[in-house]
Order: sequence, then structure tokens, then C-alpha cells
Amino acid sequence: MSPRQRALAEAVLVPLATISFAFLISGLVVLIIGENPLVVARLMIAGSLGSSEGLGYTLFYTTDFIFAGLAVAVAFQAGLFNIGADGQAYVAGLGVTLMALAFPGLSAWLLVPLCLGAGAAAGALWAFVPAWLQARRGSHIVITTIMFNWLASDLMSFLLVNMLRPKGDMQPESAALPPGARMPQLTHLAGTIGLKLTPTPLNGAFILALLAAFGVWLWLFRTRSGYGLRVAGVNRQAATYAGISASAMIIVAMLVSGALAGGVAVNEVMGAQGRLLIDFTSGFGFVGIAVALMGRGHPLGVVLAGLLFGMLYQGGAELAFDVPAVTRDMILVIQGLVVYFSGALEGVFRGHIRALLAGRAPVETPA
Amino acid sequence: MPGLFAVETLAITKRFGATMANNGVDLRIKSGSIHGLVGENGAGKSTLMSILFGFYGADSGEIRVDGLAARIASPRDAMRLGLGMVHQHFMLVEAMSVIDNIMLGAEGGVLLRQGAEAVRHKLAVLERDYELGVDPDALVANLSVGQRQRVELLKALVRDARILILDEPTSVLTPDETAKLFGLLRRLQREGRTLVLITHKLREVLDLTDEVSVMRAGRIVGTFVTAATSADELAMAMVGRKVLLRAAKGARHAGARVLEARDICLTGSDGVTRLDHISLDLHAGEIVGLAGVSGNGQSELLDVLAGLAQPQAGSVALYGRELAAAARHPGKLRALGLMHVPEDRQGRGLVLPFAANESALLGYAHDAAFGGLLLNKGAIIADCHAKMLAFDVRPPNPKLVTAGFSGGNQQKLVLAREIMRCPKILLIGQPTRGVDIGAIEAIHARIIALRDAGVAILLVSVELDEILTLADRILVMCNGRITGERRPEATNERDLGLLMAGISSEAA
Repeated sequence: MSPRQRALAEAVLVPLATISFAFLISGLVVLIIGENPLVVARLMIAGSLGSSEGLGYTLFYTTDFIFAGLAVAVAFQAGLFNIGADGQAYVAGLGVTLMALAFPGLSAWLLVPLCLGAGAAAGALWAFVPAWLQARRGSHIVITTIMFNWLASDLMSFLLVNMLRPKGDMQPESAALPPGARMPQLTHLAGTIGLKLTPTPLNGAFILALLAAFGVWLWLFRTRSGYGLRVAGVNRQAATYAGISASAMIIVAMLVSGALAGGVAVNEVMGAQGRLLIDFTSGFGFVGIAVALMGRGHPLGVVLAGLLFGMLYQGGAELAFDVPAVTRDMILVIQGLVVYFSGALEGVFRGHIRALLAGRAPVETPA
Repeated sequence: MPGLFAVETLAITKRFGATMANNGVDLRIKSGSIHGLVGENGAGKSTLMSILFGFYGADSGEIRVDGLAARIASPRDAMRLGLGMVHQHFMLVEAMSVIDNIMLGAEGGVLLRQGAEAVRHKLAVLERDYELGVDPDALVANLSVGQRQRVELLKALVRDARILILDEPTSVLTPDETAKLFGLLRRLQREGRTLVLITHKLREVLDLTDEVSVMRAGRIVGTFVTAATSADELAMAMVGRKVLLRAAKGARHAGARVLEARDICLTGSDGVTRLDHISLDLHAGEIVGLAGVSGNGQSELLDVLAGLAQPQAGSVALYGRELAAAARHPGKLRALGLMHVPEDRQGRGLVLPFAANESALLGYAHDAAFGGLLLNKGAIIADCHAKMLAFDVRPPNPKLVTAGFSGGNQQKLVLAREIMRCPKILLIGQPTRGVDIGAIEAIHARIIALRDAGVAILLVSVELDEILTLADRILVMCNGRITGERRPEATNERDLGLLMAGISSEAA
């Protein structure tokens, strides 16, 4: 095998092995609670991919996970651990909603881009403060972004209960978004060409997520600022030596990260719900950390990992419905195992697979 | 009765992946001798010594200590057999006192007190015998590098090591400290100890040892009686071909003054003065060597001149025009023709996890040749490939990860990147640190060729040999000050050593 083929084989086999092991252990856990793992696996796959409805939901969740995963991945590339994607997405929902409610009469051609911009800007703004504190004051971004999640949560609760809730409404949620601010629905589009699909919340945000992934790749790996960001991410000293301002890169990375987290709000608020709901992010910002870890911080990896998590999420929901003994918590266990094997134990697998490909015993690295 | 050989390794073989780090190594070290072990980076010296000291096990082969087969599974086993090691990178806990460091791993029971008393007693005896001048209660963090090395030595001596292995012991010492260390080592030998000296400085091997073994590519390629060999013979054995140890250099034809630094003062964030009114000039077509024990301000001076640190006072003028503070930025200085090969190539000059072509882009990403809005990957790779060929970087594959290249090839990549940009002024820090003899020859030839082409070069090196070989003028730094200027033909190591220690030769 040429080194190139070997690298390719490694790129495919390592995640395959880690996921297989995660599923194997998950199967054992299922066995312990007294269910047949094969039946559970079949139900999950059928539930997530086996019907147009299942697939629609899977891709809908995948959209959230790609956006959140890209947000975390961009920060990763700059050497930053953005725990705050959830709060950034939450505040992005506010930006989207305020823009939509401010111009209810505009046509979708104008209002959708305006809302996208407002969502991205709000997410970026929420990421800017921790970024600035990190760049100028050295306040650790992990701590500040966690705090900003709580700030976002309380701010949004206050706004939804006291300001955004229409008079007389009992629910802490905003008024419905005008039709011009809604993302095109896939079910609707299929209907216009005569295809009748079971309604799912899958919408145009999915395409945006794929475009965003491509855009992030192009930026990181084919532009000067992306290159500078990656240099600053692995080696601040080298960045300084090259004349790249590491502080500026921190700010840029976090602004983009926050804007990408705003994609979750596009998918949920403009796509699925049509209004701003309390806690609409459902912790997807945190799943984004797992997605980015599993995708090794690379946009393509994030898309694939996002798909896997989408399948787990949707398949798990179906499973909980069909097999009462398996609750939604079980899915968290599986997700946890996937993260554990692909994140923490990835190096172990890589060593063995590399050795296997080279046809020799595992490498003992010199101390 | 002790055997003829203190240590023998018989057919030691150790593999790391596809690399044979040690390939049937037979090494015999006579009892009571000082044995040199030389070889290029990656020749397998450190692996062999690590096996001997129990850091990792050999795949096959046998170790004998005093003629008896020994099983060394851990450093503890090695120490029990009377082996002691002084590592190149000290293994000391800086926040702890000397005595605590020496006791580490030999506490002698649950309660520290008893062990401490015993160690303190032993240290007192050693201090009386050898006068090492190390205070047992001093904090390691407050000790000089030379003192730290003596603490490492004491660690071995307290454990009654009869066989001492010293890994590159002089790399951090002044010539004077080196002489003192060698005196001590000779004394230890006279008392019946066996010493193994691992080094890449051939002159030290010739000075100190009785026998010397040369390693190349995982094997011992020869063992020589020191008195009957020469530096040239050893270098040839190390590299496998004839090597020019001293680069040939023509007369200096210095041109106009291109860099003028005046009264540069720099105080670190810890309040310590790093640079104390430094002034220096650089002329086109000359190499100015900056000598000094590492940590005396040379690195900081390079940083200031390269725009990486802003001095509190002083001025820098390029080509007769004073630089404003805003112009002292690495990117702007590069545009003015001031290139910089940093001392710490791995920490600063390269991005190790990136492909080589991305490391070759460092500092020059804004060059229009590399694309417009989007980077032109093809052009970047072709440019890197050309640089690799011109500087004989092996393998010449721009897509390989930077960390995968050997130290010498990494250094050649950095040199290629900075030199092929046609600098007018070149700052070079430690151009051959950790670089093989064969590559040193090529790098020195490059630097001389640049000087002959009219480039002004400031060379910072802790290797006095290198400074004496390359420099047209030598400045010596000590404690952030320039303590003297010499012509290479009008000085020697002793003279420079005194300046490096801050003692002017008039006073000495």
C-alpha cells in the first residue's frame, strides 16, 4: 500500500472501529436490561432511515448537529473550547425572532436573508464577549462560555415571559413568525412537484448546513485568514513569529463560531417551530461538542458525525416509543459511548490500525 | 572480583515500528574507564542508554553488569545494579529543595525523617570529598543550570552508583564549567567508577575518554582507543563519509551598515533585566557571531531585532532609517528584507502538526504568488518542493506532516524558507542545534555563501566552535550585556569563556 492509500484506509477504518466498539458495548448494556440488542438495532435503523418520515426527522436533527458541530469545530481549530454554542444558538433565536416580528410584511426573498443575518449576528455577539475577555484579559473561554450559557438562559426566560409573550397567552413563547420569515419546508416543496410525504420538520436549513460546512472548509483550508487561524490554534508562538495576531484570531474564530451556532435557531425557529420557544435548543449546542470531537474538527467529519447523531437521536425516539424498557436515557448512554470511544480512545485504535495496515506489531512510542 | 567489563550489551535489538533503533548492538565498557559514545541524532545512543537504564525493554539481546547477566526492567533495577544516569534534560522538581529531589524515589520508609537524615549525612560526606558547592536546602528553581547538573550527579552518587552515564552533559555549560565537570569526572574515574559519556562534541570525547564507540543507524560501527584516533576519523565513522569539520571561508568584504541597534533595554514581565543597553551594528557581507551561555539575553536580543518583543528603551535603524515602534512587526520587517531563523524551530519556526508545505508558508502567506482570495494550493506545494530540493530536505515531499521530518531536515526547511526569500539581513538562532554533522557542513556552507553574496548575518549560537568557524566578528553576551568584541583570529575559547562568564580578560 502506498502511504496515501494507507492514510485513506486509516481515515475510514479508525472511526469505523471506534463506532463498532461503541455499539458493541451498547449492545451489552441493552442485553443487561433484558432486551435483544439485534431487535433494538433493527428498530433504531428502521426508525431513523427506514421511512421517508424517519429519514426526514433524522436529517432535521442532523441539521442542528451540523451547525452546532461546525461552531465548536471552528473554535477547536483556533485552539479554543467553545462550550457556549447552546447559549449562542439560544440568543440567535432572539435575533431571528426580533427581525421577523419587526418586518412582518416583507417578502420571504428579503425577510429570510435578513433573519439569517440577524440570527448569525446575535449568535456572534453572544460569543464576542467571552472571545474579547479571552483575547484581552486571558479569562478562560471554557469558564466564560459556560457562564454565558446561563446568562442566555435567564435572559431569554425573562424576555419570553415578560416581553415577547403575546398578551393573554399562557405559554412563555413569542408570537408566531410571519410567513415570510419561515424556511421553505421539504414536505411543502415535495407537494409542489406532486410528491406526497408524511410531514416532517425538515427544511431549507439542511441545505444551508451543508453549504456552511463547505464554506467553513474553504475558509479554513484555502484562505489566508483560515490558515492564520489554524496556525494560531496549534502554535501561538509560531503565529506571533509569522506576524499573525493570535488575539485577533481568537475574536474571529469565536465570531464565526457564534454565527454558526445561530444555524440551530434557523433550523428550529424559522424552520420547525415558527416561533421562539423556551429552551428550544434542547442542549443541541452541547451535542455539538461531541459531534466536533468525533469529526476531528474537520467540516466533513462534522457532517458525517452530525448524521450519525441525527440517526441516534431519531432512532432513539422511535425506540423509546416501541420498546418501553429502553428509555430516551439509553440513547444518551449510546451517545456517551460513541463519544468515549471516538474521542478518548481514538488514539488506542489508531495505533493498532496503523500497525495492522503496516503489517506489524503495535508501535511502542519512545518516551 | 569485578569483571573486566563494567557493562556489556550483547546483540541488543530494539524496534520502534518500522525503525530499528538498535540493531544487534554489542558494546563493552571496561571497568574503571571513561567510555565515549558518539553518533548522529537517531543513531540509537539514547535508545541504548534507555534500555540500559530500564526505561524500556529490549526486543532481544542481553545486558551484563560486572560480567553477570542482568535483568533491568525499571530504573530501580538499574540503580540497584549500581548504574546512575545524568540526563540531558534534568529530571528535577523545580519547586522542591535539593535534598527532596535527591530523596525522590529513595525515601527509605513511610516517614521521611529517617531517610532525610541519612541522605543529609551522605551529602555532607560528598560535599567534603568533592566540594560541589550545592546547598541541600536550596530550592532547585533558584539554582543555575550548572548547579542543577551537579544535583543530578549527586542523585546518582548518593545511591552509590559505580557506573555513571552522562547524556550530553556539557550542552548547557560554559567552557569553564565544562572544565570543572571534566575534572570531577576524572576524579570519579580515579576512585574506580566507570563513566559513559554520550556527546556529539568530538573534541570533548578526545579530551576525556579512554575509548570511544561510534553508533550509526542502530549499530556500533567501531570502537576506538581514544589516544589512537582523531576527530576526522570519528566524524567519518559517524556519517559514513568524509566530512569537512571546519567550513572553508574567504576574507570578509563588509559593505554598508544595514542594521544599527542602540541602547536596547528590555525588562521581562518578572521584572528581571534581560537586555541592558545593548548596541550593535551589522554590515552587509559579514557574519557577526553572538556568543554566550544560553539564557544571557541572546534570545531576547533576537526577539527584539525580529520585532517579536518590544524593548522599553533603545532604537533600531535599518539601512540608515530609524524604525518606528509600529514598524517593528515581524511581517513588516520581512517586507524590508529582514528574515529570521528562530532558535526554537519546533516551537516557533514550524507548525509541527501541519503538512510541510503549510510550514513553509509560515510568515509568507500574504505573498501574491500563493493566490488571490483563495490560496493556490498547487503553487504553495510547488514552491515548497523547490525549496526542499534546493536545500536537500529529505524526503522532498511537501505533503508529509512537518513533525515527521528529522531535526536536521526541519532546520533545512526553515533555512530554505527564510534564505530563498533573498534576505538583506538574516538573523539566525542556533542553526545547527540537534542537527547531524553531515547536515551541519551543508548549513555552514549555505551561511557562508549568503555572507559572500552580501547578506548581513547575525548568528546566535551556544556552540563556540560554530561561532569561531563562521563569524567575522564575535560579540559575547553575559547577563544581558555585551561583555566584549573579538576577531575570531585574535581570540580563543578560554578568552571567550571568560567573557561569557562576565569576567573581562584584563581583570583575569
